[in-house]
Amino acid sequence: MPQLHDWGWEKMLNFMIRRIAIAIPTLLILVVASFLLMHAAPGGPFTSERPLPPQVLANIEAKYGLNQSIPVQMWNYIVGIVTQFDFGPSFQYKDRTVNDIIAQGFPITFTYGILSFLVAVVAGGALGISAAIRQNTWLDYFAVGVSIGAQVLPNFVMAPILILIFTLWLGWLPGGGWNSGQWQHLIMPVIALSTSYMASIARLTRSSMLEVLRSNFIRTARAKGLPERSIILRHALKPALLPVISYLGPAFVGMITGSFIIDSVFGTGGLGYFFVNSAFNRDYAVMMGVTILLGALTVMFNMVVDILYAWIDPKIRL
Amino acid sequence: MLNPTQKKTAEMAENLAALGEIKGRSLWADARNRFVRNKAAMVSLVVLILVAVFAFLGDTFAQWSNEEIDWNILGNIKAAGGPSIESGHFFGADDMGRDLYSRVVQGSQISLMVGVVGSLIAVVVGTLYGAFAGYVGGRVDSIMMRIVDILMSIPYMFVLILLLVVFGRSIFMIFVGIGLIAWLDMSRIVRGQTLSLKNKEFIEAAIATGVSTPTIILRHIVPNLLGVVVVYATLLVPVMILTESFISFLGLGVQEPLTSWGALISEGTSTMQYGTLWQLGFPLFFFVVTLFAFFFIGDGLRDALDPKDR
Repeated sequence: MPQLHDWGWEKMLNFMIRRIAIAIPTLLILVVASFLLMHAAPGGPFTSERPLPPQVLANIEAKYGLNQSIPVQMWNYIVGIVTQFDFGPSFQYKDRTVNDIIAQGFPITFTYGILSFLVAVVAGGALGISAAIRQNTWLDYFAVGVSIGAQVLPNFVMAPILILIFTLWLGWLPGGGWNSGQWQHLIMPVIALSTSYMASIARLTRSSMLEVLRSNFIRTARAKGLPERSIILRHALKPALLPVISYLGPAFVGMITGSFIIDSVFGTGGLGYFFVNSAFNRDYAVMMGVTILLGALTVMFNMVVDILYAWIDPKIRL
Repeated sequence: MLNPTQKKTAEMAENLAALGEIKGRSLWADARNRFVRNKAAMVSLVVLILVAVFAFLGDTFAQWSNEEIDWNILGNIKAAGGPSIESGHFFGADDMGRDLYSRVVQGSQISLMVGVVGSLIAVVVGTLYGAFAGYVGGRVDSIMMRIVDILMSIPYMFVLILLLVVFGRSIFMIFVGIGLIAWLDMSRIVRGQTLSLKNKEFIEAAIATGVSTPTIILRHIVPNLLGVVVVYATLLVPVMILTESFISFLGLGVQEPLTSWGALISEGTSTMQYGTLWQLGFPLFFFVVTLFAFFFIGDGLRDALDPKDR
């Protein structure tokens, strides 16, 4: 456990307050900007090839509250989310609310998202550390090769290649679907989503571990005659993982957006599917609901990562 | 009469004179030498030039235009639409009977253009913003950088997709959307560099001689940032290409008949179950090769321009 220094308490608290002070306007900007964008769009959700009679249109708009002024609509919307976690009705699926759609899609996105995140961090970290410890051996070359190669294999390239190999050629895995999260249906989405982040984490860990291993305090530890194992685990690991922690935020964002690809290629039916679908159908309510939910998650995750970083590394708090 | 030692000295002096004036090596000449010695970067440069030539001159060899439908093979793409020289479809045909070669040429044009233009926007906006914030400093600096912090923590892909949906899916909107976010990282990097530059003597000298602030930023700060900016701009190009391909893969980017690598890979993905693998293979090949080339060139430039590693 990292120690909390006595002098650090107040600074830590200060840092947290300042960090939260950034997160709140960020969320507000996200909500207001997406709301205004939606309403700047030419044509409403009920404009279609065959125009509705004006009275009918007016009735429908009144039902959805679209006849009020934009600030009032925005205020009601924000209040609804904050007080009742209510994202309003969907414009496209007449019988479902945005909450229903989130309740259906989110657990799926969450399951394969968390798994991919863990795979990327654990496998990437392990690969990077073992490559650094055995620098210039075949293991190192393998790790470097993989991490360079995976740089150009983003999720939308990995996904078709995986399906091609494991479904069309080998016939080992189902090419898509969710099937309530059976492991066969999880393997390819998780690999496709995690590969490029695993590679980045491996590269980061390797280079920072190499740097730490060359530093003076490690030389001192060696001079004391500590076994290599405890040098790595007790002394080198923590400072070496610091840059990796600051990469977790971008990785999280990347995986959330990457889930759009996963849902559209593998048909897993997560939030990404509904988001992309609503983008085609101009279902603004769903688009906004998903944007705000996932956006808030991202902003909060980034905040937690930053605070975690400051907690581990006292230099940041100043 | 000279004694032997004097004679020797004179000889040496003559030899030295014959060598001619020793030329000073500038930072850029040095960097060029280091870059040229980097094999991976040089190979990548050649590859990249080949891809660019393919993208911008490839049309002259095309037998079909990108919109023409080859009715002879339509409905029988798997058997008759494969890559062949005789039919004129060098890369085969897509599931609608269109020539894949000219579509890949066009997709390459658009992908490369998005990458380069996005990177250029980042260079211009990011450099000016960062240099200004860093040089002026104080409250202006902290407000400007706080804005960057906030914009950076917004998940931009959502905003980009919202923009494209609301204002229509077009290349122009992609440029606007990418331009909105691309400069953020650049402005941070440039600001950091500016902070370390602004207390140097030559800036002090410029201030003392009464040069105005905008001129100092443009004439004295910015040229000294060029190394960092060039490296980062090169590494930004593949990131821009990735972003555009991501959006086009979802079908939210460029619209038919225009295409890009992402859109082509997406088409290849949806048709690979019919066995027309060339539809996936060719766009994927160009995409991967180009990205590799840009990353290696960026790394090479960083090694060449970063004096720390000398």
